[in-house]
Amino acid sequence: MDRSLTAVQLKGITKRFGSFVANDSIDFELKKGQIHALLGENGAGKSTLMNIVFGLYQPEEGEIWVNGQKTVIDGAAKAIDLGIGMVHQHFKLVQPFTVAENIVLGNEPVKGLKIDYKLANEKVRNISERYGLKVDPQVRIQDITVGMQQRVEILKTLYRGAEIIIFDEPTAVLTVQEIEELIEIIRSLAAEGKSIIIITHKLKEVMALADMVTVIRRGKVIRTLSTEETNEQQLAELMVGRDVNFQVEKTKRKAGEVVLSVDSLQMKGEQGKNALNGVSFDVRSGEIVGIAGVDGNGQSELIYAITGMRSVSGGSVKLNGRDITNRSPREISVAGIGHIPEDRHKHGLVLDFTLSENMILGNYFEPQYGRYGFIDYGAMDKLADKLVEEFDVRASGIGAQARALSGGNQQKAIIARELHKNPDLLIAVQPTRGLDIGAIEYVHKRLVQARNEGKAILLVSFELDELYALSDRIAVMYEGRLMGEVDAENRNDQQLGLMMAGDKTAAAVSGKGG
Amino acid sequence: METIKKVFNKSSILVPAIAILLGLMVGAIAMLAGGYNPLLAYSSLLDKLFSSPYNMGEAIRAITPLIFTGIAVAFAFRTGLFNIGVEGQFVMGMTGATIIGVTLDLPWYIHAPLAVITGALFGGLWAAIAGVLKATRGVNEVISSIMLNWIALFLSNYIVATYLVEKGQQKTRPVHESAMLTIDWLIELMDKARMHWGTFVALICIAVFYILLWRTKQGFELRAVGHNPDAAQYAGMNVNRTIVKSMFISGVFAGLGGVFEILGVFGYQTVMAASWGYGFDGIAVALLGGNTPVGVLLGAILFGGLNYGSTGMSFGAGVPSEVVRIVIGSVIFFVASHGLVKWFIKPFFIKRADKRKEAV
Repeated sequence: MDRSLTAVQLKGITKRFGSFVANDSIDFELKKGQIHALLGENGAGKSTLMNIVFGLYQPEEGEIWVNGQKTVIDGAAKAIDLGIGMVHQHFKLVQPFTVAENIVLGNEPVKGLKIDYKLANEKVRNISERYGLKVDPQVRIQDITVGMQQRVEILKTLYRGAEIIIFDEPTAVLTVQEIEELIEIIRSLAAEGKSIIIITHKLKEVMALADMVTVIRRGKVIRTLSTEETNEQQLAELMVGRDVNFQVEKTKRKAGEVVLSVDSLQMKGEQGKNALNGVSFDVRSGEIVGIAGVDGNGQSELIYAITGMRSVSGGSVKLNGRDITNRSPREISVAGIGHIPEDRHKHGLVLDFTLSENMILGNYFEPQYGRYGFIDYGAMDKLADKLVEEFDVRASGIGAQARALSGGNQQKAIIARELHKNPDLLIAVQPTRGLDIGAIEYVHKRLVQARNEGKAILLVSFELDELYALSDRIAVMYEGRLMGEVDAENRNDQQLGLMMAGDKTAAAVSGKGG
Repeated sequence: METIKKVFNKSSILVPAIAILLGLMVGAIAMLAGGYNPLLAYSSLLDKLFSSPYNMGEAIRAITPLIFTGIAVAFAFRTGLFNIGVEGQFVMGMTGATIIGVTLDLPWYIHAPLAVITGALFGGLWAAIAGVLKATRGVNEVISSIMLNWIALFLSNYIVATYLVEKGQQKTRPVHESAMLTIDWLIELMDKARMHWGTFVALICIAVFYILLWRTKQGFELRAVGHNPDAAQYAGMNVNRTIVKSMFISGVFAGLGGVFEILGVFGYQTVMAASWGYGFDGIAVALLGGNTPVGVLLGAILFGGLNYGSTGMSFGAGVPSEVVRIVIGSVIFFVASHGLVKWFIKPFFIKRADKRKEAV
């Protein structure tokens, strides 16, 4: 294979949405068999560019060359014809269908009028073996993990004969182990001669995976360089356009009164197993308590219990000494709890509402937003203007649909709203999931600032780096109970890892087991 | 000003207009295939609608219930519910108004409002049943409300035939004059067309529909739940209660439609073999109007107008009513398929844009 050949070349691609220039005469070149990362912050125009390559958008100006031929890609079907496949960030799979059915969907092997399922399974098994992507073709999508679902997406592109594969933020939804597996998979695909583009804002992955990297900022190509001649710090600065500080500055903890007190909390789970098994802990004002653990060990349920989203079967939750166990979400929120939910699309925002409507989502009933049952849109917009300014939420205007905002700006909007409620306790679940460096930096800064102002903060995260950077104390959760607690300063990775895996002896070492 | 511009932007006028045109063209082809003269048919349709004050008045009468049922469907839809039981709620509204109108004898300023409110409540509570079932037991409102349609039909037939019946007939005793809501001077003016206050109430309901959903806190809640129940719950809204409320309000609109058919048009209720279909037509009207207040009004006018004018087509051009239904159906098909129409008119726009570019 000749690695000097060009798989995809973009010349002067410009794409506008109204007056907004998403891509500004972008030049980009992907060589055969190469892994090329497209790096940029949310809203920089990476996804727009790749949607152009995949035929979902039409550029206003510029040329696309595929395998040395000038082409117009006027739809996904044309892109697939040209051997371009895309693995979207949000998977496009039919949940109740099996793996094989999803893969052959749109291109099913038929026998007479019927779909030949045997042949379909066979074909899927063949390609999955050929590329070392192990999946069981006969299980349903709804029964497999997110990492597996992503493999199905990859297989789908391979089944359709993709030679050029675009990955849109492929690691955003994966666990640490799954990310490692994915990196292996992508490497072996490149070794097979596939040309690969990865859209990402994670520097570590770029360095670990890519051969070349193109940095995009505000719709323009800033630089294209080989990963051998650069480092994370330089890439971060190219991407953000200024110096980046990875360390969160934090003063020493000045913990005060107990704000949240959770006592032997129990919650029924599925199949007779308890989702929460007697969880007890306190959060004091002026401290950040982190909850570590592998996803699915009761963290979500714990938050549901505290915020009143689901009722508990035993134990109590107290806020400032007041019992709020099993109260309604409204009462609990008014009592002084702000909540940055894990899934901002599902729980944090009404995407079809305007930014300004979203700003009063939890407070619309208060008298300052209108009397006699009417909404005072003037007051609402005034608040939105103020918060947008204060929290630097970038949108085309406060009348823009929340859907139109980038992930980072959506998160900023939620944080603005929740902090504006001036809660005593702020719950943040995976607050930086899917955000770029600039936004992560900002979210971290705001959380620490809130802590310094004397708020109690409960942070749930699956990313140890984040917990280390922010928490004063870290509690580890495993199968619905707390394994123990570690001081964030005198932590021990090994011990924390063992506790997350449910090793009781490790918890005993920490001396605060149970 | 901005909002007005938004409502009347180019494609929002152009697309439906072209859709109606396309629908009429397909209808014309159907008529040609059947050996009828489409030009004559369409001119008799217009003739029927606009020829006399009586016909114009009757067309308005035919449009009125569709406004009510259209709003009922659109309102529920905006809050994330598909109220397919508008038909049954309409019938319950009729029955409520009839019971009060026939059995009580009160001064008009109490009797008429009481009959209207009772009918509206009947419709609302009937819809609320489906809402409660969804909120408490998770029963899909489509299934429950469509079954409630049949229960409503036979329940009201039972009430009519058992308690309110005029001896020897298949209908109730007449509603007392004090409960009737006809507009006598307008009836005279329109050559005996059956004009009633319901038309004005329908227009008020359109305003209520808008104000309630987009100006009040209640509406904020309803829309939030409609768009994203999970986020609404996180924001402390009571999603289940909102579902019941929304169904109730939707049912009130539907019930009012039924009320005015009794108090404004007929003055009695019959034992019905099948319900009238205003509820189901309401789904089409809401769809035509894109579930917006003004859209529903325009949709009702189109749908009701076509329906009423279609008798002219069979009368003036000899087109059988089945073919008339094809014409109406194809108009609705094209209006409802925005995408198809946009695709159809796209080439014209691109050509024009190209020309403009060349000119530059």
